Formats: sequence, structure tokens, C-alpha cells
Amino acid sequence: MQYSAAFNPSGGAAIVGLGMTEMTREYSYSATGLAGIAVKRALDDAGLKKEDIDGLFINAGVTNSISTPLQTSLGFRDLKLLNHMNAAGSTAGQMVQFASLAIQAGMASHVVCVFADDPLKPGTSAGAAYGGISNRSTGMASLPASYGFFSGANTSYALAARRHMGLYGTTQDQLGAVAVSTRAWATMNPAAMQQKPMTLDDYHGSRWIVEPFHLLDCTLVSNGAVAVIVTASDRARDLQQPPVYIAGMGQGHPGNPRQAGYENEVNTGARIARDTAYSMAGVGPNDIDIRELYDCYTYTTLVTLEDYGFCEKGEGGAFVEDGKLGPGGSHPTNTGGGQLSGYYMWGMTPVSEAVIQTRGQGGERQVQKRDHVLVSTQGGILDWHSTLILSPNADAGTRN
Amino acid sequence: MNNQDQIPRPAPIVDESSQPFFDAAADAVLLLQRCNLCQAYLWPLREVCTECLSTDLSWAPATGNGSVHSFVIMHRLFHPAFQEDVPYNLTVVELDEGPRVTSIIKGISNEEIRVGMRVSANWHDVNGTPLLHFEAS
Repeated sequence: MQYSAAFNPSGGAAIVGLGMTEMTREYSYSATGLAGIAVKRALDDAGLKKEDIDGLFINAGVTNSISTPLQTSLGFRDLKLLNHMNAAGSTAGQMVQFASLAIQAGMASHVVCVFADDPLKPGTSAGAAYGGISNRSTGMASLPASYGFFSGANTSYALAARRHMGLYGTTQDQLGAVAVSTRAWATMNPAAMQQKPMTLDDYHGSRWIVEPFHLLDCTLVSNGAVAVIVTASDRARDLQQPPVYIAGMGQGHPGNPRQAGYENEVNTGARIARDTAYSMAGVGPNDIDIRELYDCYTYTTLVTLEDYGFCEKGEGGAFVEDGKLGPGGSHPTNTGGGQLSGYYMWGMTPVSEAVIQTRGQGGERQVQKRDHVLVSTQGGILDWHSTLILSPNADAGTRN
Repeated sequence: MNNQDQIPRPAPIVDESSQPFFDAAADAVLLLQRCNLCQAYLWPLREVCTECLSTDLSWAPATGNGSVHSFVIMHRLFHPAFQEDVPYNLTVVELDEGPRVTSIIKGISNEEIRVGMRVSANWHDVNGTPLLHFEAS
């Protein structure tokens, strides 16, 4: 499918500001406070004033403790665009997409997109924050607890990984290879929460969470916030940071009624989103230099690589096993340590590292070739997906 | 089964909408919701058919036969009633009628469970309420 040149939002907007709090297990500020810190840092990063902002998109994390009232909490006046978006982990990419579209349509000029979450409070474990035993449901919905179905996201993603292992022979070593290569990047990211080198033996030695997932298959959990600012490309060139142009974008939401004929556990929304995004940017998988993929679990990275066409369906295990995702490899992926070893800011983890890499500000971990940086944000149990293709080149995405 | 010193398992909580399912289960019959318009089998309980959007739904018996779609092994203790079960399996079974049911496999070791293996429904008692499980066919 070719995207019309007459209406080409992808060529016309850019990310111009990035603000991140410290990523931590400590509780300091509420999600509202964290959001404020990240927004201030994004404004300073872009060289913009608070008064320049006329659009605000908000994504709350698992605590769901920020929403549209954040506008007033942060004192934004007379906004032209405001919403609290919720397609789980895919929201961060979506916020940037809707900001880009709104800017192109003339509805706003400078849009802040912010994610903030504070799941770790004194006396609360990560498991309790994300997989706790909530009040019992009744009727058919009471069955899972009767079977001992707890730790919801871990268990559901483990079921997806096991399906892939059963169909394609994907191995525990191959999942481990993703954990190891991702950690290798994190050792070079001062913002990463886990910077200690990891071996495959470390991986196998980590305790089971839900087999086939070890602890080191699973994302860590963070308190923090990330904000980005989107504006028109013409305006972006006047600001102080190198513009990060939005060359392509797309979404994919497969829908999963959990019955015969659906293989959603091994086919993510990226298979839908990629075609829109690649077409808009005028590129294919061979043109992507850097991949920032939502990696709530090692398996998510593996299956997402397949669905963006970096290898064939079912071959993700063999693809990742030789370490090509890591530093010096042919397919640099999750160059800040991702969610597995970096920080868990839902979709803002891949968005933030993509901005850093596209600008060329990755320091020791900077990947040299960075014409096209792929961002994959993923929500639910592989239910919702959004894609961004970012570039430092103003003409990216306008060639078609 | 539990003895008096143990914390009881979280039994299913029968409510009005699920009463037919548990009534049939007491006779070892597995009921599925079925769309009267397009004949699709549905799980879990729906108000609207996911295939044709009809609200004309009723209960119909299923064969109880299916295959393992996926499974995981729970090593951690999340609820004290499962102390003696750890490590236990959770298994998604794709019934021959179409729906996928989250359940458990009994009668074989966790190491023997395979994606794709054929299984059939059976029932066990949890604090007086029948609970569906599957066994290798």
C-alpha cells in the first residue's frame, strides 16, 4: 500500500524534547510529581517554555493514578488538545502518533506526551504491584483462581512463549540469549537499573517466575516518568536539539477471542502495524538500523523481531541465538537495556531510547548508523501495538 | 484433598449466570455457551457473540475433547492452598468445538505435557463444587 503524498503527516512532525526522571525502585514522588519532573526536563531539553505547550497526552501506568486532571496539577492553561490515553503499553507510540496528526491538522503546535507510574511503594513488591491477588471474581471468572492462576501478566506471556516453543522448537537458551544481549547494552547506559554484566549461566540460574520464564526473562519494575514533546518539523529545526523526525507510523490490534483459528500468542499486532509504518516511511526491514522493541519479556523481543520481518515466523529463536542483537552485532536491538535491564516505563522505554539514538546522544552505546530507528510499543498480552520509524533526516518518509 | 489443618482452595463461586454450567458439571457434563444464530461456541461467558454479534445465546453440551494449546508450570506459591501442588501446571486446552479453556492437566507429570497433545475433560471436587480438569486421552 502506498501512502498518498498529498497528505503526509509522517514527513511533518518531529520529537524535539525528552525528559526522564531517575528510574528507581525507591518511592520519592507520586506519579503526578514524577510526571511534572519529566515534563520540566523535556521542556528544558527542547528549549521550550511551559507557555509554548498547547497539547497534553497522558498515559498512566499500572497504578492508573494520573489522568486529565494532570493538566491542572502541572498548571497548563488554555490547551487545545488533551486526553488520557489507554491502550496499555502501546499507548506511548500512539500518543506520539496522534500528536503528529493533530499538529499536521493544525489543532495544536507543541504537544507533550507523558507517562508516569509509581507502582513501587514502601512495603509493596513488584509482584504485588503487577500480579497481586485481587478480589475474587464470581461465576466463570472465578475459575482461574481455583486453578491457581495467579501472577497474571507473567503467566499469560509465559503461555504465549510456551506456544512458540511448542510450535517452532524455540529453546530456553534462545530466550536467555535475548536477556544476555539486552543486559550487555544496559552495562553502557547510566540510566539503566541493572548494569551488572550477565551470562547465560546467570540467566539459567535465576529462579523460575512462571516456567518457561526465569526471573531474567521478565522486565524489572520502575517508579519514574518520561515525557516527549512533538512539534512540526519546520519548528523543530529552530529548537536546540537535533530533530527526531517521525518518518513512519502505524498501529495493529489483532483482537483475541481465544478460540480456534487465532494464533495471537505467536503473531502480534506488529504484523499489521509494520505495513502501514514501512509504507509511510518508504522502507523495509533491511533499512532499519536500530530496533527499540517493547520487551516486557525476552519472548516479546523474539516474537516482535519475527513480526517486523527481520526473520521468518518461527525462526526468531535461531535469529537471536548468536548475539546479533547485542553491542557490535548486525541487528542492534534495545540499545539502552530495554525494559528487561533498563527501566520499565511501558512504551516510553523504547520511545526514549529511540530518541537518544536518533539524535546520536547514546554515548558509549551509540550505534553509528541511525538513518531509521524502529520503535515498537506493545500492550496487553500481545493485544495492542503501535510502531514509529524515527530518523535524523528531514527527508525520511517523504520520498514516496 | 485438603485436611482440616489446611487452608481451603479457592472454590469456584457459582452465580446466577454460571448456574447452568455448574449444574451440568455436577453431572460431569461440560456446557459451552453457543450462539443460536451462527452456531459458534463461546468461552468465557459472553453477552454478545464474538462471531456475528447476536445476543441470542444458550448453553450446549461439548464433547470435552481437545488438545493442549499451551501450558506453564507454576513454581511459586501465590496462595497457601496450593502448597502441596507446587510446581503445578496451568494448561490452555483448545476444545474441538473451538473455545480455549484455561484449566489443569491431571494424571501425568508436568514433564509429560506437550503442546498439541490430545486431552479430554474430567471433573474433580473442590469444597463441594465440581471443577473441570483434563487428562491425557
